[in-house]
Amino acid sequence: MDPLLEAFRLIVSGDLEVWRVILRSAQISGSALLIAVLIGLPIGAAVGLSHFRFRGPTVALINTGLALPPVVVGLVVFLLLSRSGPLGQLELLYSPVAMVFAQVIIAGPYIAAVTLAATESVPDDVRLQARALGAGRIRALLLQLREVRTSLVAAVAAGFGAIISEVGAVMIVGGNILGETRVMTTAIVLETQRGNFAAAIAFGIVLLLAAFYINALLLLLGWRATRRPLPA
Amino acid sequence: MDTELLVGERIRHSYGGKTVLDLERIALRPGELLAVLGPNGAGKSTLLRVLAMLEEPTSGRVTFHGRSGKPAEQGLRAKSAAVFQRPHFWRGKVSYNVGLGLSFRRVPVPDAKARVTRICELLKIDHLLNADIDTLSGGEAQRVALARALVLRPEILFLDEPTANLDTAARAGFRQDLERVARQRAGSVLLITHDRNEAFTLADRIAVLVDGRLAQLGTATELYENPVDPYIAKVTGAELSLRGRVLRAEGRTLLVDVDGTQLSTVGHAGEGAMVKVAYRPEDLILSSPDLAIGEISTRNLFFATVRERRDIGGLVRLRLVGPPEVVAVVTRSAAEELDLHPSARVSVRIKATALHTYPAGEREGGFESSEPEADREAASGVTATESGEPERRQPAEVVGDPPGRTG
Repeated sequence: MDPLLEAFRLIVSGDLEVWRVILRSAQISGSALLIAVLIGLPIGAAVGLSHFRFRGPTVALINTGLALPPVVVGLVVFLLLSRSGPLGQLELLYSPVAMVFAQVIIAGPYIAAVTLAATESVPDDVRLQARALGAGRIRALLLQLREVRTSLVAAVAAGFGAIISEVGAVMIVGGNILGETRVMTTAIVLETQRGNFAAAIAFGIVLLLAAFYINALLLLLGWRATRRPLPA
Repeated sequence: MDTELLVGERIRHSYGGKTVLDLERIALRPGELLAVLGPNGAGKSTLLRVLAMLEEPTSGRVTFHGRSGKPAEQGLRAKSAAVFQRPHFWRGKVSYNVGLGLSFRRVPVPDAKARVTRICELLKIDHLLNADIDTLSGGEAQRVALARALVLRPEILFLDEPTANLDTAARAGFRQDLERVARQRAGSVLLITHDRNEAFTLADRIAVLVDGRLAQLGTATELYENPVDPYIAKVTGAELSLRGRVLRAEGRTLLVDVDGTQLSTVGHAGEGAMVKVAYRPEDLILSSPDLAIGEISTRNLFFATVRERRDIGGLVRLRLVGPPEVVAVVTRSAAEELDLHPSARVSVRIKATALHTYPAGEREGGFESSEPEADREAASGVTATESGEPERRQPAEVVGDPPGRTG
């Protein structure tokens, strides 16, 4: 059978092994994205909206994170979590937690850097105007972030893009264990090496559809945010 | 009741090591409109942000109702509002933006809606309530910004050059709104402006800020009658073209030689000092040169020839060459009566108290006006009214004779 047709059959028929890999990918990348957003977005906003002594080096450091090779991240996390490493006693190597850890390190700088670039373009007038109308500091901050909401959505999309397609780091720290740490990207590598092109194509199609779906969802969220005022 | 609502004491503020504000004391009284007037870069907006507790000064303190620190800031946030030169709006309808401050103050929605509608009616922008904020003209946007501030019924309204970006018509409309609505709805107003007409027309007191320092603070009359330096003299419409040397000094009364003509003036300078002499064109009294000198009581008298005549509405501006060379403003009827055409001879009188003398080295300031006419108006002593008719600027008291008077 044509590998492409076989790939569609695997997806549509609900092949258990394929769907376990897909769900594990969603679980690991979703968790990593959430944690990366919770860390990267506040850091990016804090640096973007404030002025402090070592701001320049801090910005440079965050932007350097964009150039981090995922395999190097994987190697560092591996060394940290390996038995002889400083976090070895946690016994997290070759676990989904280790993969989430690595993906957070990969996605975090993307989210922080895009957030930083977006928020530093917000004029201070926005904060002054909000404060002058009686807004508290948190409310004023939210109103500042609202000015760049579409860019913040783009930051999340950038973080998602960085981890959903990543293979090097998750391969090193996850080990590609079936049912445990095998995700779509590592599965594609494995099935290609095995010559099982139908399964590799099936994972590839799902990966592309997932990327498209998530980005469309984020786009829609950004669009809705621009159309709707904040609740009073 | 406090006699001073908001006080800034020993305020120093620096950016990158450069001091932009250095004030010993400035206070806003309950119910007053205090205008802070000064050229661009004088530190006016910084002063507003510091007094509004939107920016922490490098040193010094601001008190609101006698309190300072966090309680004062919280109190001021709850009881003040501001309109900036370029107000920021959040995407949405006009009604949403006008009601934003009420939502910060957790005013119940029905009450907030009623207040938003009411203030928009008062400012005649109720037809814009459902308009998208991005569709407004500059004048409409500034009125919406004013409505957004006034709907909060602020105890203090901070206005940071609210008319600077408006055209002449929109500016006039905004000033009317300020007089008609803002002074009823807001307890006190701190108005930042570089437009002297705006300050002199609207304010109860005027603080003149130059290079971050408070040059003079007083009523329009006080500034008009006793400008402490050439800059303030210029702000109040004086001409500073006369230069001379002090021949004799007796207390504040100086005898100054200006191009060979001796003039009695007031000021502080030692004998032999080079000075500038400020006068207002409307303070010059023109007469027929044939008038018997014995009938004239004014100490300063000289004869001059009309070199140039310019009609400004109902007034006439004349360039007179004596020596000295001066500018005078008279009414059109007076000009006709004296037949003041180019090359006509006139006698010129001015009271000593209308001539203010300053050391020649003192700066005149880089005063700028938002409207080109403003400088001419200030120099001529007339203000264009809405009807297009010129109107005498109304200082509460004018030293000397009324403008355009002929003897």
